[in-house]
Amino acid sequence: MIAYILRRIVQSVLVMLVVALVSFSLFRFVGDPVATMMGQEASQADREALRDRLGLNDPVIVQFAGFIARAAQGDFGISYRLQQPVMELILSRLPATLELALISGTLAFVLGVGFGVYTALNRRGLLSGAIMTVSLIGVSLPTFLIGILLIWIFAVELQWLPSFGRGETVDLGPWRTGLLTESGRASIVLPAITLGLYQMTLIMRLVRAEMLEVLRSDYIKFARARGLSDRAVHFGHALKNTLVPVITITGLQLGSIIAFAIITETVFQWPGVGALFINSVQFVDIPVMAAYLMLIALIFVVINLVVDLLYYAVDPRLRVDRTAAQH
Amino acid sequence: MTEPLLSVRDLRVEFPTRRGTLTALDGVSFDIMPGEVLGMVGESGAGKSLTGAAIIGLLEPPGRIAGGEIRLRGERIDILSPDAMRRIRGKRIGMVFQDPLTSLNPLYTIARQLTETIRTHLPLSEADARQRAIALLDRVGIPAAARRIDDYPHHFSGGMRQRVVIALALCAEPELVIADEPTTALDVSVQAQIIDLIKEICAERGAAVMLITHDMGVIAETADRVAVLYAGRLAEIGKVKDVILDARHPYTKGLMGSIPTLTQESDRLVQIPGAMPRLSAIPQGCAFNPRCPEVFARCFVERPEPVKIESGRQVSCWIEEWKVGHG
Repeated sequence: MIAYILRRIVQSVLVMLVVALVSFSLFRFVGDPVATMMGQEASQADREALRDRLGLNDPVIVQFAGFIARAAQGDFGISYRLQQPVMELILSRLPATLELALISGTLAFVLGVGFGVYTALNRRGLLSGAIMTVSLIGVSLPTFLIGILLIWIFAVELQWLPSFGRGETVDLGPWRTGLLTESGRASIVLPAITLGLYQMTLIMRLVRAEMLEVLRSDYIKFARARGLSDRAVHFGHALKNTLVPVITITGLQLGSIIAFAIITETVFQWPGVGALFINSVQFVDIPVMAAYLMLIALIFVVINLVVDLLYYAVDPRLRVDRTAAQH
Repeated sequence: MTEPLLSVRDLRVEFPTRRGTLTALDGVSFDIMPGEVLGMVGESGAGKSLTGAAIIGLLEPPGRIAGGEIRLRGERIDILSPDAMRRIRGKRIGMVFQDPLTSLNPLYTIARQLTETIRTHLPLSEADARQRAIALLDRVGIPAAARRIDDYPHHFSGGMRQRVVIALALCAEPELVIADEPTTALDVSVQAQIIDLIKEICAERGAAVMLITHDMGVIAETADRVAVLYAGRLAEIGKVKDVILDARHPYTKGLMGSIPTLTQESDRLVQIPGAMPRLSAIPQGCAFNPRCPEVFARCFVERPEPVKIESGRQVSCWIEEWKVGHG
């Protein structure tokens, strides 16, 4: 078990190194930073001096090592556009994105599993048909369109919910939350639905397919033959087996919710890291882009690790205990 | 004469399909006496397993009982509500399935699956149910049952798992155990042990057994009586000794002739020409008529009804009918 975790951590570190290489090469693709920093009047000697000071004359490998060493300490340099440390910028925006992602992820998981189980158990029901049809819309409509539709219906026509921003926020130490004020909670509803709808339909369809598969299996037949109640068979035996593959997908989806909150954040002018990234792309703010890339990769890697460990918790077959496996 | 434990009369199972209704079981009648072992043989698709599924009320939809009746100690069980039927399953009729590797839920310990089943049917506390489960495991021959009860199914070998399955089927003291090819998926070396175990443990609890198999050898050693199914119809039923030594139905004769024996000198085994008809193409008259070596005109026109040729012995063949009529 410990060896397995260690192996997985080593793999994660390798993945991060590759991503770091990509982020690092971003800097080298957009031309000479010295030219942008010094302006046209600087002399050749000044340029060389700065180049030396910045370490740009060192071999690439040394520069890369430096980049990694600084990145590991959370130092991604200064934003070109905002003239603030990149890490500070990202950390100030991260709570907004994480709150949005967690709420829409929870929404997607709970409703997705609920609807998935319902439609699997009542395969021919009228409501199941309706849910499946509506879920097609969730799968096929692009996120920005759903967002704009929701704004039109709930913010413009009905005027129930705000159409943009986070509402009032409260600072809890470094964490700026919108969940403690009424306007903050109202503000998160539409973006959370927009962001989570696709994931919800995806999880729902996956749960439904898995559940139907599990319900056909021998151990479910045997559980029925032992006279267990439908409730025990469906929710005790079938659901847990259904969740094994669902956990993987949900984990990965949580990663994409955070990474692809960009579109939702843009539509709702949500002040998160996604919006920060979009602005940085417009202004070719390389340090922010590089840091964002690393951050998203880190989130994916960590989630993957957690998912693998969750597997252990759910599926006893993966637990390697040789003492009992001798028969 | 004692009342039969299970009495099946004119059982008819149909599968409605787009291209018309398939009749998978047609006019099957038999009794099982308390404590008796009834073997049920036939080729794949003859309807052996379907008979078991119909009795325990677990036909896979769209299959349904279209006619006849099933009585358990005189009480009709084919028309019970799903909930009333559920209380009979496991409690009064236990079932053992073919593949022990897939019959147990991989995510729960043996203890959990046993105590759950015991507590569904018997008013016991968790601790008492566990004691009962350990005693059962011990009885079915799991070494160190008290320790191994907390293991997961994957910790056990196929033969051991089938013992666990038997314990599960027997944990509420059913009056009838339906064993659906309980040894087909096992190593030859453990097949005999499992068959002996089923026979022994049911005998000591006074439970009757319906043993579904295509292995005549198993039937010969284990069963008191044997029913031979062909294309969803009962070809012959009687005491094992009578049927084996003096088969009357041409199909049974063919079946007996195809069993290899050590003393036999010939190179080739007798085989029945042709194959069993598909359910959609059962010929008019006797279903066996295209393959029967003793066929005559009447067999193509009228379907033979079971003829009682001696006590507890019935054969569905026009030749026997003629013999009885002229006997």
